[in-house]
Amino acid sequence: MRVTIRLFARLRDLAGAGELVRDVEGPATVQSVWKGLVAEMPSLGEYERTMSVAVNADYSRMSASVNDGDEVAFLPPVSGG
Amino acid sequence: MSLLAVTPDPLDLPALIRSVSGSRAGDGAVASFVGLVRDHNQGRRVSFLDYEAYEPLAVRALTRIVDEIAQAWPDTLVGVHHRTGRIEIGEASVIIVVVSPHRAHAFAACRYTIERIKQIVPIWKHEHFEGGDVWLEGATADPDDESARQTAYRIACA
Repeated sequence: MRVTIRLFARLRDLAGAGELVRDVEGPATVQSVWKGLVAEMPSLGEYERTMSVAVNADYSRMSASVNDGDEVAFLPPVSGG
Repeated sequence: MSLLAVTPDPLDLPALIRSVSGSRAGDGAVASFVGLVRDHNQGRRVSFLDYEAYEPLAVRALTRIVDEIAQAWPDTLVGVHHRTGRIEIGEASVIIVVVSPHRAHAFAACRYTIERIKQIVPIWKHEHFEGGDVWLEGATADPDDESARQTAYRIACA
């Protein structure tokens, strides 16, 4: 199945792209999508402890399941205001 | 005008005040907060800030904050506009307006809003300063973190 990965701020800079489309094996979770991404780009791994995640533009958890066509976002600590 | 917005356009405080307070004859207080881009941060001379947002989730997070305020201060109405993109020194990055029959709830809800924005709204500052640039990183966003919400509430009511 195919998912869209969204990356923001410094995570986007590290990856060199804000949006990536990847084929992942089901059943997938946010965690398994992240593991695949870090295997591809190890420098992203430093964010594992501090980032937040979202599925289809709603906050989610690493354990949440991911379905075909979902948008999975990885978010560094926020600094709005 | 929408009461909640994440927009690349310059912010207009008088227009947001009109939108929030326009239809509520029972209100006696308007509290507002304007966040400005300043020319220094952590010893660096800041040139400008470039704000990035995950726009649909940012609007959802703002909606959540408004829902929390409706629980804590049910007699208030809140408007929040956050700007994105390049913002120059002295320009507004965020404006918050709260109306209420009385000042105490308006001030508290206004402070609560900015504290919660800094906790859970997916927006990031890319600081450009003399000699370089850096992404600023504050809180790990977790809207279900009750202790963070309580911290914002305590600050708001201090």
